[in-house]
Amino acid sequence: MTNSFPDKEPLLRVDGLSVDYGLKGDPLRAIDGVSFELRTGEAVALVGESGSGKTTTAMAIAGLLSPNARVSGGQVHYRGQRLPIDDDAAMRPHRWSETSVVFQGAMNALNPVHRITKQIAEPCILKLGMTRGEATARAIELLELVGIPADRGVAYPHELSGGMRQRVMIAMALACRPSIIVGDEPTTALDVITQAQILKLLRDLRSQLNLALILITHDLSVVAESCDRVMIMYSGRVVEDGTVAEIFAEPKHPYTKLLIASIPNPANGKKMIRPIPGDPPNLVNRPSGCAFHPRCPSTMSVCTTEVPRLGRFGHGRVACHLHPPLQENMVTVHA
Amino acid sequence: MRDSSDILRLENLQVHFPIQGGLFDRMLGRPCGAVRAVDGLDLNVGRGEIVALVGESGSGKSTVGRVITKLSQPTGGRLLFEGRDMTSQRSSSALRSYRHHVQMIFQDAYQALNPRHTTFDIVAEPLRSLRLVDNDAQLSERVSEALAAAGLNPPGDFFARFPHELSGGQRQRVVIAGALAVKPELIVADEPVSMLDVSIRAQILQVLVDLRDRHNMALLFITHDLPLAWLIADRIAVLYLGKLVEIGSADDITFKPRHPYTVALLNATPQIGGAARPGVPALQGEVPSAARLPNGCRFHPRCPLAFDRCKVEEPPAIEVGPHHMSACWLAER
Repeated sequence: MTNSFPDKEPLLRVDGLSVDYGLKGDPLRAIDGVSFELRTGEAVALVGESGSGKTTTAMAIAGLLSPNARVSGGQVHYRGQRLPIDDDAAMRPHRWSETSVVFQGAMNALNPVHRITKQIAEPCILKLGMTRGEATARAIELLELVGIPADRGVAYPHELSGGMRQRVMIAMALACRPSIIVGDEPTTALDVITQAQILKLLRDLRSQLNLALILITHDLSVVAESCDRVMIMYSGRVVEDGTVAEIFAEPKHPYTKLLIASIPNPANGKKMIRPIPGDPPNLVNRPSGCAFHPRCPSTMSVCTTEVPRLGRFGHGRVACHLHPPLQENMVTVHA
Repeated sequence: MRDSSDILRLENLQVHFPIQGGLFDRMLGRPCGAVRAVDGLDLNVGRGEIVALVGESGSGKSTVGRVITKLSQPTGGRLLFEGRDMTSQRSSSALRSYRHHVQMIFQDAYQALNPRHTTFDIVAEPLRSLRLVDNDAQLSERVSEALAAAGLNPPGDFFARFPHELSGGQRQRVVIAGALAVKPELIVADEPVSMLDVSIRAQILQVLVDLRDRHNMALLFITHDLPLAWLIADRIAVLYLGKLVEIGSADDITFKPRHPYTVALLNATPQIGGAARPGVPALQGEVPSAARLPNGCRFHPRCPLAFDRCKVEEPPAIEVGPHHMSACWLAER
């Protein structure tokens, strides 16, 4: 996808965001100094393994952090204004109206005892002050937008297939005309063919409504066709950030390289994938220096002691001692 | 080259689950339908061969795995293991020796492990219940061997650990070790890596391939992921609504698919830098219910290339190349 974005104030700016989870005694740092920008209509993927902090990052932006989470550093600006992301009540006007979330398990996120039109109408009544009649009309409009025939609106969630339920989730997220959609693994539980249909729907909606998308996924291959930019996260930090084309053609960080090499790709004809040695890092005892160094094939002595800074590299950013930053004007990634 | 004799053979296998009608229907004697989860499946697995069974949810692929491991009873057809008919074997002595040879790896390692048992007990359980060891020394030797083969080294470190003390990848290795402990000749693995992070998947796949290479173990690998199937398998069988639509070598299925459904699956798979195959548009709609199968070819309502014959006549498996069959009327030409 080639979109050109006017170089003005970004829609969303995240600066050095850190979030801790309260654990008996010691707090656990889930994300550690995450910085990035999102422009209107842009699609960014947050890619990482479980525990990499991708979901925490996205939930912080949407103001949906769990009660035991604490923002311990950094800030988020939306259209130039600082968001009170750690204040549940103050975030209420922002949630759903500006940023809304499409969750992973549609069966758990939908109310099983209400018809789907009623569920989609609910936010319109609460957030936009519509009457029941107006809201129902809006709900039917939204259903058609996501490709569900209007007469299916009387169905209950259990009467719909997984793909249809995910479409309902998307319709609900769009109810209050947000500018940012956060997709938390929206296709993970779906079959490949349904997944392709949902990804296409998200693509179409983005260009139709000029939506910005933050797609959380652990599957790099999903990103290729649905996003403009990719941010690779490891152990709560951004390790690489670049356009989809750059990241796939010329990954810089050793973790990104291994991640790409571990996806089976019949197109290159090689019946071999390289396992990434070791286990994902433990956040309670995060490795010193670069968190990836115990698994990295090209570790140097500096990697064990110093956290690499996320510096500009080409058109993107990379945090690796193999690629020292060329300029000195970037935010440091350090606790 | 591998021994070509089949270790497992499924002949016209059928699993139909009856739909329980309401009381009213039963009083009026109305006929109740059936969900035809597996509907006439022929498949063979050779000794030391890796066969991937690929399909969407609802295609019946997990039911096939459950029938092979005797967790479900087929309603028709035959299940032959090393030439012996196991279809209606139910005596516990016959099943015990069968389970010595055939083991299963489940998808969800979180649920497959008893949270109150240690790793040692979990892996030792099949050895104890199948009475394969005489004394404790032998038992701990076999457990160590299985844990090491599953990539948990050194095995002694893991003996006393409970499932919650293990990472997701380690848990899946414990599940594999439990299946390996009895030294089976066939393992049925139902989506063994789909719950794991991408970086861990390759390690687990390596363990499975090593088992084949070292112990000539056969593997039926059940997955919905075609690139993954291509990577690990010798042959791929594509299942749609309980019936095989195409079967062939992993390379033929991936690079020379002949059934429109296989092509659609390949096209829908997101790829890094891979271009979609031209000529076949993306599939619309969803898999129909296995309780109301379409007439003719069961894929025709979604097939972009369907013509009149497809709506009335079900295509047989037609040979389209060496060891490559496609159940599609287009393959006839």
